[in-house]
Amino acid sequence: MTRYVMVADLRRCIGCQTCTAACKQANATPPGVQWRRVLDMEVGEYPDVRRVFVPTGCQHCADPPCEWVCPTTATRRRPDGVVQIVYDLCIGCSACAVACPYEARYKVEKREFAFGDQPTADEEMRANDSLIGVATKCTFCADIVDAGVARGLTPGEDPEATPACVNLCISGALAFGDIDDPQSRVSELLRNNKHFRMHEELGTNPGFYYLWDQEPS
Amino acid sequence: MTTTLTGSGAPRLQHNWDSRAACNFIGGGSGTGLLLAAAVAFASGSPYFLAGTLALALIAFGLSMVWLEIGRPLRALNVFFHPQTSWMSREALLALPVLALGTLAVVLDQPFVSLPFQGHLPVAVLASATAILGLGFLYCQARILYASKGVPAWSEPALQPVIIITGLAEGLGLLLMLTALDAQPPVWAVPAAIVALLARAGAWDHYRERLKRRAPAPAIAALNRISVPVHLLGHALPAVLLVCALLVPSAPALAAVAGLALAAVGAWIKFAVVTSAAFTQGFSIPFVPTRGLSHSATL
Repeated sequence: MTRYVMVADLRRCIGCQTCTAACKQANATPPGVQWRRVLDMEVGEYPDVRRVFVPTGCQHCADPPCEWVCPTTATRRRPDGVVQIVYDLCIGCSACAVACPYEARYKVEKREFAFGDQPTADEEMRANDSLIGVATKCTFCADIVDAGVARGLTPGEDPEATPACVNLCISGALAFGDIDDPQSRVSELLRNNKHFRMHEELGTNPGFYYLWDQEPS
Repeated sequence: MTTTLTGSGAPRLQHNWDSRAACNFIGGGSGTGLLLAAAVAFASGSPYFLAGTLALALIAFGLSMVWLEIGRPLRALNVFFHPQTSWMSREALLALPVLALGTLAVVLDQPFVSLPFQGHLPVAVLASATAILGLGFLYCQARILYASKGVPAWSEPALQPVIIITGLAEGLGLLLMLTALDAQPPVWAVPAAIVALLARAGAWDHYRERLKRRAPAPAIAALNRISVPVHLLGHALPAVLLVCALLVPSAPALAAVAGLALAAVGAWIKFAVVTSAAFTQGFSIPFVPTRGLSHSATL
């Protein structure tokens, strides 16, 4: 079996938001929509306060609450673990958005542009009306991954089969791959580092891991 | 051990569901509660026509508000595709027979035109079936909120009895108002309303108590702000009026005002839960990253 997951090394992330920009460029998301974003957090109390950057987005849960609640079957989990939305089925009820513990889903009611009332040339060229009025979210760049796999490439290793945010991360904080493959980069990272997942207590079995310390050797 | 963070990971008020969604829970709850009350009242001799009509109108109003909220209203029929796990699909599927059977019962009970099959038994059967299906519809609404894991104030299990009991109390309140217009309320209605308001007061307090363990502070504060007026206007006032109505049966206005308070405060509770208390849980991490010298940093 294959289960694609993402790994974020919190020790490496510097909060540069390059992943956010890469995602927006790759997916042409409108203003205010960030399928990949980096939370800028303060942890602790004075005088022991730390700043932590936490990349987040759809966690591609193995037991996704968004899928259970979707009344249309638009949200569905692929066998490789990618949670996807069939935009032509979605009615935009937002039940998935309120079911998601990770605030990963967005819905825009009308076309919006980054600069004023008129689209830029890129926005005009890449406008996609099928994304208006429906739920949208991170897809793990499934189209890129699928195309790469079809060409015999390895997701997480070959850039042409890897999500844009991982490819563009300047500090090497993000990794992607098949957690069921013990030889994959993500499996190696998880073996060698202490890690956790967000809101694990909710039982969603997220596919997004955070590294925070080395495993003792 | 988990630490909730401040800054961009803090809980925020969700805006995916707004007052239109709240109207569905208000209309659906009071409508199905009234369907049940009207069916029982019909069995005890009260007409079904007016109460049944109002109940169906409330349910239809709530559903139409949801229809206005969805992003792709022309695809609304897709809502029926996933009854295997989606309580929203189940709610929609139940709405069809509720509205169809309820309308049939109302038509057969209307006093204006003579129709075949009119009579007590057909209306009683149809009203009872509608009431039972309506209870299913109300349960679906409670489960829709419970399934919303992103909003702790909704996914708290103790909200389910609040939604169900509030719906029943609102229905009884509306029945008291309607029957007081031209006659005495059914003899069972006032004691039933007293039980319902006591149950609602208990469920409301239990829910808020449970919420303290898991909900973000702004959500708890939003509900605390309305709690005293909810108890005064929605429980204490109608309780006094209903006791007076028991003692002075010749003054149905007392029961009508109590019914109005029961219904209005029930709507207020649901509006506040769906709109003001709907904070996300935000983000939390159990560990912070170790940087520089290797040392364990556990929160």
